[in-house]
Amino acid sequence: MGRKEDNIKKAMRIMRNIEYIRNIGIVAHIDHGKTTLSDNLIAGAGMMSEDLAGKQLVLDFDEQEQARGITINTAAASMVHEYEGNEYLINLLDTPGHVDFGGDVTRAMRAVDGAIVVVCAVEGVMPQTETVLRQALKERVRPVLFINKVDRLINELKLDSQQMMDRFGKIIKEVNKLIRRYAPEEFKDKWMVRVEDGTVAFGSAYHNWAISVPFMKKTGISFKDVFEHLEKGESKELAKKAPLHRIVLDMVIQHLPNPREAQAYRIPKIWKGDINSPLGQAMIKCDPNGPVGMMITKIVMDPHAGEVAVGRLFSGTLRKGQELYIVGMGNRKYRIQQLSMMVGPDRIPVDELDAGNIPAIIGLKDAIAGSTVSSIPDAEPFEPMKHYSEPVVTVAIEAKHTKDLPRLIDVLRTISKADPSLRVEINQETGEHLLSGMGELHLEVTIYRITHEYKVEVITSPPIVVYRETVDHKGGPFEGKSPNKHNKFYIEVEPLEESVVQAIVDGEIEEMDRIKNRKDLAKKLEELGMDREEAKRVEAIRGPNILLDMTWGVQYLNETMELVKQAFFEAVEKGPLANEKVYGVKVKLVDAKLHEDSIHRGPAQVIPAVRNAIYGAMCQGNRVLLEPIQKIYINVPMELVGSVTREIQQRRGVIVDMEQEEYQTIIHAKAPVAEMFGFASAIRSATGGRVLWSTENAGYERVPRDLQPQIVRQIRERKGLKPEPYDEKYYAEL
Amino acid sequence: MLTFVGLGLYDIEDLTIRGKKAIEEADVIFAEFYTSRLIGIAPEKLEKALGKEIKILSREEVENGEIILREAKDKDVVFLVAGDPMIATTHVALRIMAEERGIKTKIVHNSSIVTAAPGMLGLQQYKFGRTVSLPFPQENYFPTSAYDFIKMNKNLGLHTLILLDINPRPMTANEAMKLLLEMEEKKNENLFSEKTLIAVVARAGSPDSLARAGYLGEMLHENFGPPLHTLVLPGKLHFAEAEALVKLAGAPEEILNE
Ligand SMILES: Nc1nc2c(ncn2[C@@H]2O[C@H](COP(=O)(O)OP(=O)(O)OP(=O)(O)O)[C@@H](O)[C@H]2O)c(=O)[nH]1
Ligand SMILES: [Mg+2]
Repeated sequence: MGRKEDNIKKAMRIMRNIEYIRNIGIVAHIDHGKTTLSDNLIAGAGMMSEDLAGKQLVLDFDEQEQARGITINTAAASMVHEYEGNEYLINLLDTPGHVDFGGDVTRAMRAVDGAIVVVCAVEGVMPQTETVLRQALKERVRPVLFINKVDRLINELKLDSQQMMDRFGKIIKEVNKLIRRYAPEEFKDKWMVRVEDGTVAFGSAYHNWAISVPFMKKTGISFKDVFEHLEKGESKELAKKAPLHRIVLDMVIQHLPNPREAQAYRIPKIWKGDINSPLGQAMIKCDPNGPVGMMITKIVMDPHAGEVAVGRLFSGTLRKGQELYIVGMGNRKYRIQQLSMMVGPDRIPVDELDAGNIPAIIGLKDAIAGSTVSSIPDAEPFEPMKHYSEPVVTVAIEAKHTKDLPRLIDVLRTISKADPSLRVEINQETGEHLLSGMGELHLEVTIYRITHEYKVEVITSPPIVVYRETVDHKGGPFEGKSPNKHNKFYIEVEPLEESVVQAIVDGEIEEMDRIKNRKDLAKKLEELGMDREEAKRVEAIRGPNILLDMTWGVQYLNETMELVKQAFFEAVEKGPLANEKVYGVKVKLVDAKLHEDSIHRGPAQVIPAVRNAIYGAMCQGNRVLLEPIQKIYINVPMELVGSVTREIQQRRGVIVDMEQEEYQTIIHAKAPVAEMFGFASAIRSATGGRVLWSTENAGYERVPRDLQPQIVRQIRERKGLKPEPYDEKYYAEL
Repeated sequence: MLTFVGLGLYDIEDLTIRGKKAIEEADVIFAEFYTSRLIGIAPEKLEKALGKEIKILSREEVENGEIILREAKDKDVVFLVAGDPMIATTHVALRIMAEERGIKTKIVHNSSIVTAAPGMLGLQQYKFGRTVSLPFPQENYFPTSAYDFIKMNKNLGLHTLILLDINPRPMTANEAMKLLLEMEEKKNENLFSEKTLIAVVARAGSPDSLARAGYLGEMLHENFGPPLHTLVLPGKLHFAEAEALVKLAGAPEEILNE
């Protein structure tokens, strides 16, 4: 029996021993070496051949991942490692670093309890490092730090040992600052990373070695020895003395929690059901004998098997052939056709899997990432996994050949199911569908998949960005009349407090159609600076927009409120300027006059009246178009700074900051996403490829005043609307 | 000039001579059948029966009014409405819009369910309180204010005429009674029960019109035939009214002793 098969057998055994399991994610800024590290850990643990590790990137098995040299999909791998005489099962998720695929990181964090945060020693802490740390800590996932690419400090930057130490010190300090900022209160101190206790390790994923203080103590290898080996270029020897997988997996086992430990404090945060119910108790104790409680975190499309649902099993035991419920799908039962563990592209079928593991299931046909799966019907669902950023780029897509029309619709539905960061709008009539994603690359990758994997030839429009609409001052009260003229609604709008917008975008305040806990919400909003009376009168929250009922004693309003809300939802879904989503507007119903007879104030009357009043008030509040903005971080040799700044400025960009390092200049800039299309190749040719850069979506900013009318017209024409938006007079006369 | 012409309850024969004359003299004829409709003749057939072109307008077109008002500016326009035209509130709004623009208006009245239903049941017109309409519940819209109005009437001892929605199709008396019971379940104020006396008028104005009265629990399952249906919830009955309900609408005799 080969070592791999042997290890799989071992894994089966350990999987029943919850204390000996670790579920971890590897997270980092793009290119800092997550996949190289993951591969070497898998190889070191004997789950693949060692010569291939790190060079072939088994976890980047997708054709496009290999071609582009980046990770697109979170990949899973289980491995066995021995620590102090005991064998442990480690279920590892390698996440993507590119911002466009950040939604995958958010979702992976739900499945794991610990994270290895990888930071490149040369680049240091980068914006995505902060983002992924925040995502992990928000899910109560404990971090440890691996400082990677240490070889480059010597080979390329030629640092001496003191300079190296300084650099490590700086990285650790910055990481701890972020942990302090984002960790839950009770863990702020406990989760700091420290060199002395071994929650930090250093090394080279590529050359397969690492060190940590506990390891140095145990083996007597000193930092000086390491430095000498490196100076002499003896990384092979080093890899023998201090093998990467041992140091890193020791760190994982020693410092990251087992599923039972972690679930005790994670479940109350990610599941709002009754903790004293049988399911609540089973999950908080990670009890394999309780009811099944599982959250699906990823749907993998297998060319042969179809949809594979992967997720975290928090309680119960899964068995092949078992029937489960998917919350939201009624009383339908789904039979587990195949149950398996994952090692990269391979699924290893098993008959049973216990609580605390990350199973892959075939048979849960209607599950999506975010579904709650249980052995009991009507289980309370898990909290949604909200990603901090929304799709900002759209392309129109249509089938090249008419015979593919229906098939394209199927394919679009399938891929949007597998990738929750995509948004698809199907238009059966025109056959021209809209595909929105997190960025240019995200869409490129998706379209490639449609044409190459699903073999549907398509025509796509150039990418366009997703705009938002808002107002910049108060508008109204504006009277909206129902078509039958028997009902009148008076609406005021104004910009929503900045702090409240942020809290909604960050998910601290949830969007809601019905206010559940009015008191708590009012308190939160008041703390964020909203007027006390207003804070009490929230009726709905949608997008970062809020509907308030500020009326006093209007008769029949209670039975009409659901329709007012519906009108609010429609109005913020399609703003009055260009039918783009509304962002950051407070909508206040200040008065209403309703017909006594309910037959004269049904949906057909109330919805247009309120919607028009919101639109009219927005006209008076001065409609403003917002566009998505990107932060850009560029690392170039000094002599190329000029070409880079020129490239930025041509794109309506601004340079925010410039940092001088030894040989490099780090430029911080920001620019509208609309101007950033094609930046990748432009910057490459402007610098002859001697550039490292990354971007980050940074919310919305106002379109320059003089450009707004023209952009609005373009959007409206594209949508087949009358080129000029309607004015206030139009809504008053409706 | 805009003339509102009432078509009455059943078919072309209900048209008054004055109404007929107005139609004959009109330059343009509009009609609407969403506030009320004729039982005896389909809207499409009306044109042939009257021998003139008729444009049937949608709710949006009537509420907006532009199409009618534009023509009425310098032509003689007739607007046909089932029943008595001004019973529907929308038409008052249209008339006001017309007058505001300097367009003269005229009404040719006709009979309406508002007088026909009490008449068929033998209930006294002066003892009716406010009329209510019962809409079909829609997504996010299950209004119960009709219940409150009926209760107000009942507390004053007044009868309530309950008109039933005709969109997207005519509501049956059975559906309406079920709705009232659902409202009862929600409000729980003891207005309706299986023992509540209720009256149904079906196809008022037609040759096979029907008037029925009985207890809600039994009436709920009775078949009243094709539409249109209307409900009446009797308030405090004068003995003459009770007698009429028994003799004209088959109400149980025990109501005479109450
Ligand atoms: N010199 C050196 N290069 C490394 C090391 N680790 C990774 N690399 C290289 O860095 C590049 C990126 O490595 P990946 O492992 O793909 O990085 P990643 O973080 O998985 O990238 P994404 O998943 O796209 O975010 C590759 O060219 C690796 O060979 C290291 O320790 N030393
Ligand atoms: Mg990777």
